[in-house]
Amino acid sequence: MNFLSIFVLIPLLMLFGLWVARNLNQVRGVMVAGSTALLALAVYLTYIFIADRQTCDDPMLYTASFDWFPALNIKYSVGVDGISVAMLLLSAIIVFTGTFASWQLKPLTKEYFLWFTLLSMGVFGFFISVDMFAMFMFYEIALIPMYLLIGVWGSGKKEYSAMKLTLMLMGGSAFLMCGIFGIYYGTGAATMNIIDIANHTGGAHAFESGSLQNLWFVFTFAGFGVLGAMFPFHTWSPDGHASAPTAVSMLHAGVLMKLGGYGCFRIAMYLMPEAANELGWIFLILTGISVVYGAFSACVQTDLKYINAYSSVSHCGLVLFAILMMNQVACTGAILQMLSHGLMTALFFALIGMIYGRTHTRDVRELAGLMRIMPFLAVCYVIAGLANLGLPGLSGFVAEMTIFVGSFSNEGAFYTTLTIIACTSIVITAVYILRLVGKILYGVCTNEHHLALTDATWDERFSVVCLILSVAGLGLAPWWVSDMIGTGVSPIITVIDSAKEFLYVPF
Amino acid sequence: MISIDFILLVSTLMMFAGVYGFLTRKSTLAILLSIELMLNAANINFAVFNNLLFPNGHEGVFFAIFAIAIAAAESAIAIAIMINIYRQLQNISVDKLTKMKW
Amino acid sequence: MSYTLFILLLPLISFLLIGIVDLDIPKTGKVWSHKVAGLIGTASLGIVTILSYTTAYQYFFCTPRLSDGTLPTLVPYNTTWLPLGDLHFDLGILLDPISVMMLIVISTVSLMVHIYSFGYMHGERGFQRYYAYLSLFTMSMLGLVVATNIFQMYLFWELVGVSSYLLIGFYYTTAPAIAASKKAFIVTRFADMFFLVGILIFGYYTQSFNFSFAGTVEYADNVAHFIPCNPETALVKNAAMTVLPISLVLMFIGGAGKSAMFPLHIWLPDAMEGPTPVSALIHAATMVVAGVFQIARMFPIWIEYAPQSLSIVVWVGAFTAFYAAAVACAQSDIKRVLAFSTISQIAFMMVALGVCLPGHGEHLNHSGLGYMASMFHLFTHAMFKACLFLGAGCIIHAVHSNEMALMGGLRKYMPITHWTFLISCLAIAGIPFFSGFSSKDEIVTACFQYSPWCGAWMTMVAAMTAFYMFRLYYGIFWGTENKEAHAHHTPHEAPWTMTLPLVVLSVITVGTGVVTTLGGFLHWEWASFGSIVSASGIPYTVHFDPVVASVSTVVAVCSILLATWIYKDEKQPIADKMYAAAPRLHRWAYKRFYMDEVYQFVTHRIIFARVSRPIAWFDRHVIDGFFDFLAWGTHKTSALIKGFQSGSVQTYAFWFFLGTLLLLLIMLF
Repeated sequence: MNFLSIFVLIPLLMLFGLWVARNLNQVRGVMVAGSTALLALAVYLTYIFIADRQTCDDPMLYTASFDWFPALNIKYSVGVDGISVAMLLLSAIIVFTGTFASWQLKPLTKEYFLWFTLLSMGVFGFFISVDMFAMFMFYEIALIPMYLLIGVWGSGKKEYSAMKLTLMLMGGSAFLMCGIFGIYYGTGAATMNIIDIANHTGGAHAFESGSLQNLWFVFTFAGFGVLGAMFPFHTWSPDGHASAPTAVSMLHAGVLMKLGGYGCFRIAMYLMPEAANELGWIFLILTGISVVYGAFSACVQTDLKYINAYSSVSHCGLVLFAILMMNQVACTGAILQMLSHGLMTALFFALIGMIYGRTHTRDVRELAGLMRIMPFLAVCYVIAGLANLGLPGLSGFVAEMTIFVGSFSNEGAFYTTLTIIACTSIVITAVYILRLVGKILYGVCTNEHHLALTDATWDERFSVVCLILSVAGLGLAPWWVSDMIGTGVSPIITVIDSAKEFLYVPF
Repeated sequence: MISIDFILLVSTLMMFAGVYGFLTRKSTLAILLSIELMLNAANINFAVFNNLLFPNGHEGVFFAIFAIAIAAAESAIAIAIMINIYRQLQNISVDKLTKMKW
Repeated sequence: MSYTLFILLLPLISFLLIGIVDLDIPKTGKVWSHKVAGLIGTASLGIVTILSYTTAYQYFFCTPRLSDGTLPTLVPYNTTWLPLGDLHFDLGILLDPISVMMLIVISTVSLMVHIYSFGYMHGERGFQRYYAYLSLFTMSMLGLVVATNIFQMYLFWELVGVSSYLLIGFYYTTAPAIAASKKAFIVTRFADMFFLVGILIFGYYTQSFNFSFAGTVEYADNVAHFIPCNPETALVKNAAMTVLPISLVLMFIGGAGKSAMFPLHIWLPDAMEGPTPVSALIHAATMVVAGVFQIARMFPIWIEYAPQSLSIVVWVGAFTAFYAAAVACAQSDIKRVLAFSTISQIAFMMVALGVCLPGHGEHLNHSGLGYMASMFHLFTHAMFKACLFLGAGCIIHAVHSNEMALMGGLRKYMPITHWTFLISCLAIAGIPFFSGFSSKDEIVTACFQYSPWCGAWMTMVAAMTAFYMFRLYYGIFWGTENKEAHAHHTPHEAPWTMTLPLVVLSVITVGTGVVTTLGGFLHWEWASFGSIVSASGIPYTVHFDPVVASVSTVVAVCSILLATWIYKDEKQPIADKMYAAAPRLHRWAYKRFYMDEVYQFVTHRIIFARVSRPIAWFDRHVIDGFFDFLAWGTHKTSALIKGFQSGSVQTYAFWFFLGTLLLLLIMLF
């Protein structure tokens, strides 16, 4: 039994604990104990990983594997590299803070936390797996609870949104499953293990026919791209996020959307480098559109969550954009952006949820002057906004700069043009963030009901402060995360680079 | 010794009488009876072919006995369902049973 | 010089301390905590000022000069903050003449503003928050000037932008402050995008973010050794020679945004919505000169690789100087006048940098008059303009309005403010023995060397400067006293915390002026600004060109006399007549030639209405509509075929038998 499996075991134990829990305090106790254990484990993993990475050259550390369906070569294999450690840390932070953000959730608290824990189990399982089938299974485990979490505990048009989100993501996973089987049979490696496929004789280049590889690449990339909110498959995101309860928005935007980017990089690009080089430009254009399009859309929205959801489309677009630039710096930047966006968007959704919980409206036009009424939340909102528009010292800046420097180092007018277009998003982001801050936080509140509202409670403060500390920590001391991610990115980039002769650039 | 043809003729008649009854009768009870007819037609065939093909064996006979037992159980359930339907609709005619579609 | 690190750390610590404690204290409403916050901020800044002065003393007087007479570039700290493949993003401290000079300017003005704010912000809600922001700003600005590479500069560049945003929006309950802060941030951010692209191009083609090129800078013994760079080896990409000018011009656009050059100047007048000391610190003395500083910092590269592109800087600067001066002549809000004056003066610095051309034949070893003049003007302008703004703050404090119409005749009530304001006005007008004379005269001289037209143009703008400043001066302290406004509230002199900084700054202004004016005429080597700051680093002594000096003095005096003639008296027949003669011109100038309206049109009518809304509509109705259409289609199809699922058992059975029969037939034949 490998210690990585504890990441899945803890949620399982939490599920059991929640099942036997008899009252609210016990439910909260189980959640706090479990999420703290997960966070501690993730921190410990990061710590020992950085130490062990120095001495070990394997692409994955702490690997373990046992047969699951021998007939289909399906194994339960775990292992982590720099990228997955970063993602596990992110997930643990979000689950931890999400627990506190839904401290006062009612009704059906126990059932809510059951689904919440199941969702986090899927997420953790996904990031520790190196077997495509196991990854896919955990991916599905993470998706399904979403339907119930939004459908039961959501707000607004929750049934519609839940259905839309689930159906679109399931559509994505249908593509994905085709892609995975395509890879499995296409390489003929008789294994589902990603590392083994990549290292198989001929390895990632073992596909017989290039055209089929292209097909599977499109399937896999689009399948994960749906979850990564790639244009034009992003429309589940505004509705889904707007209707989801606070912690679910946090977990979904913070972690689940990262599964998309992670999968694109780890499966689509890594295992099909020829196709990635050949077809990358199509997706690069789509993600470039995402970046600017999401930002422009966010400018005119009136619902706080819609603004943030479109902003997520823009920022997650930047993740896929950077991945498709296919060089070390840009891809490191992409992973940093995943981390950074995960943290800051979780912070945003947490704050929006807390404001919504008090004012019962998310309409920008109905809110004003919150700075005087709830200074703590307002100040944190400003910090989240500034992180979002890339203020140095907070995480957004680090990620964006790494991406831009990386993207710019690609030769050719095509890449340069797209990078400059993507750069404009930093201006548009400033426009919608400042518009929002000016409208809802500044000014004078005229609504009498709002004047009587109170500031954040201790659990909310705790959750928000943890996230702000993480955002600031990443923003102030990025070098160690960047180094750690870099070690994970470089083997993948080596594989992708080995197929450079297939590279196609439109101009 | 009666020729096997006659026995098969009888069972075929029973079978198609059952099919006809199943497709045309409106009463659920009559449909159940038609099903029983079809089952018994099959049972006869089991017994006959067993005797004809494997005179020393009893598998076909056993199978027929099993089928009878299952048919009894199935009738019991079916009638129980019918009673419930009757309680709901005061009727057991199939064309009144439209609640179960879609 | 390891203590230089504390110059950055102390304000950061005080920001965190004041800022974090601030979150909870307002509820208790204790007054002492506000005072404590101010004291913490001021004390930390006091230490920073002492450290800066020590650094300057050690750097200028105790550091041995290199063999060619230049001051060495010291790098006490440099660490890799973020590795970016072949490139790396470093943070560190770089000391060279201009950064040390900037340290002095920033710490002095900032300290003055900290002290001044005790009086000005007394009893304001958010006093503590104000000091937190001031500390943040000071830290960022100091970090900007000591940047070891262009990326670090960009990092702090963004931070000063944000602190400026926060401080402009300090009175966040008033709509103009909100709009102004937003505008300031977005306009500068827009310019920063060009800056960023410039940096990216620069970094890609030179494989370095250093102010000099890859392989040419080594940091050893805490001293940067600039090895003369050979274009063939230093530039890794062949395209560099054609691309570097583009990169530098893009960076200049970023600088133009921060330094409020036309047409990106629109944010600065509105930024006056912030507290007046903030205007003095950020929007007059320090942050707005960041653009000038940036060009000065990149100057060796400009002069080496893009000397032709410098003419863009000249054109932009010369036009902005004139435009802002013209607008300043018609404004009625005293802070707006000062804001446009600031724009105009920064444009002077820009022009001075632009006209600084390489000498003949010699590599980098040109006369460098423009560069020196620009930096010198930056220094003197920071002092007297801060003094003017702080003086304006005292006046606003006394009158409770920014409008000139409500002032007039204030000299009786506010003697200290009056005298310091006068000194600063004389300095900005360019009267000998005041600091502005020495620096502005150098700029005009440099312009004349560049081209007579440019020199004449800038002399004209200098005349306008003297005119509008004295219009302002007479409008506030002389002219008609607004008895109605003063009836219920007699204006009074500000408390000592506010007047002390005025006195200090005007003493610096006069002191610098006297020393450098005498030095310029008598050729004192030690009193020459050129001995510490020059384009090539090689010291030289400033010589006044007697013709230029006398011409500009005469022009300035004439303008002042003109303003005196028009505006000094209580009745102003000439001004009224001028207004009556060209009301439309006045209106245009008053409305700043409708530049704001143009921007308003572009952002709201084009970007929002023609881009964002259609995109949002497209997203909801076309893209989302497509997915909804898929769902709708699925639903309709199922409705279409659901009749098949009739619920009639007998129909099912019939199809079943038919199917069985069919299968049987297929199997038989």
